Amino acid sequence: MKRYLLAALASAVSMFGIVQTTVAQDAPKSITIATEGAYAPWNFTTADGKLDGLEIELANDLCARMKIECTIIAQDWDGLIPSLTVGKFDVIMASMFITTKRLETIDFTQPYAVDPSGFAVAKDSELGKMGISAEKFKLDDEAASAAAIEKLKPLLKGMVIGVQAATTNLDFVKKYFGDTVEIREYKTTEQHDLDLAAGRIDGLFAQQTALAATLASPDLSNFTIAGPGFVGGVFGFGTGAGLRKEDTKLKEMLNAAIDGAIADGTIKRISEKWVKTDVTPVK
Amino acid sequence: MIDIAFFFEIIPALLAGLPLTLQLAGSSIVIGFVLALMLALAQQGNHRILVWPIRTFVAVFRGTPLLVQMFLIYYGLGQFRPSLQAMGLWWLFREPYWCAIFALSLNTAAYGSEILRGAIQGVPRGLVETATAFGMSRLLTLRLVVLPLAFRQAIPGYSNEIILMVKGTSLASIITLMEVTGIAQGLISQTYRAVEVFVAAGAIYLTLNFTMISALNALEAWLTPYRVRA
Repeated sequence: MKRYLLAALASAVSMFGIVQTTVAQDAPKSITIATEGAYAPWNFTTADGKLDGLEIELANDLCARMKIECTIIAQDWDGLIPSLTVGKFDVIMASMFITTKRLETIDFTQPYAVDPSGFAVAKDSELGKMGISAEKFKLDDEAASAAAIEKLKPLLKGMVIGVQAATTNLDFVKKYFGDTVEIREYKTTEQHDLDLAAGRIDGLFAQQTALAATLASPDLSNFTIAGPGFVGGVFGFGTGAGLRKEDTKLKEMLNAAIDGAIADGTIKRISEKWVKTDVTPVK
Repeated sequence: MIDIAFFFEIIPALLAGLPLTLQLAGSSIVIGFVLALMLALAQQGNHRILVWPIRTFVAVFRGTPLLVQMFLIYYGLGQFRPSLQAMGLWWLFREPYWCAIFALSLNTAAYGSEILRGAIQGVPRGLVETATAFGMSRLLTLRLVVLPLAFRQAIPGYSNEIILMVKGTSLASIITLMEVTGIAQGLISQTYRAVEVFVAAGAIYLTLNFTMISALNALEAWLTPYRVRA
């Protein structure tokens, strides 16, 4: 009788997810982390071909915490998720937002950063004159964000806006500004920066930290981040490390490492170094 | 493994890119052919001043990937906006659409000029001499004797080039033009189902090229009925 009770208790415990796996997975000794290497300052390739940026520094920190060996490689953005699922590497750290759509295919750790998205336009445009607003709208708060979007629409009317293809930024612009602006889709943000400098497009929509880095270039001194930032909704739950659904042990280890990096202020320190703002997620 | 229902669901989305694919292919094939013919004819003479620049152009465009050419024409020339504006050419290079047509046309002109040059040189000399003996002018000989025979000979080689151009348009998505391949990549990023989407996109190109090949085969059979393939 006692044994049955124990068994029932054990299954109840596992049902509630306290015991996460029935078959305990071994901790991996080494993993390969993929990044895009073209999204400064989060991850980028330096002139001498090395990967650097916030996520590279954070990845190295997390690996040191987990005491495992990590190889960091660069991979095209649109191939990241397909390559992860077929096992070309084990973890994605490429400023990838956690979204329900992506969660259908892969799993994510808890967010290690939360970074709002916004527009960048010419300083002398009507929107540009307003400059950056400190306001951040959570898309899940529909009434407030809808009002903010309606306020932006007349200021953006007819502009050609460059957005990186296959991103939540593109989903957002298509959904809320599809009838207001002409959208150009780029493979990388470096390409839309070039086209903004060349005057082929009037503005960009991207993460504000990435925009701040882009606009620091002298070629783009006439442009500014303008209007409020947007988070939540199509942008999901922040930026996390993507991994295969079956790698539960690795997820556990990464989550613990991220907890550590949040708790001792490492993420704050690294993000202030690279993106000039604190993107530490609020738990 | 392939989800048939999903497969048929994405076909209409992909077909939305077909008009752009056809426009890019159509314009560049026509412009490229005209250019190719001029380049091939210019090389028939022995004017070095004319021949060497053409040979350099052909060598450069045949020797570098179309992807690189498109990149350089779009992003490369984009950095020279002030000079292009001064020359009054910025309206052309500002738009990705014209840049794509420009790149594709020059590329196919380079390949096409070699196909036509060979075909023109393949017309038997005796025929040209006979035409001259009949008192036909050089232009008339070209129009009535040389070109009809040369075009006929060039069809199989030129069909290859046309098919390559149709497929070459798939690179236009790197300069923001959302043709069939660009839409396919967008769909993959939304659904993460690469196999179905690429199979569907491949099927569209296959249908398009099959139609093109059939038309060109019919043209070849009509012009050279004595050597119709079994």
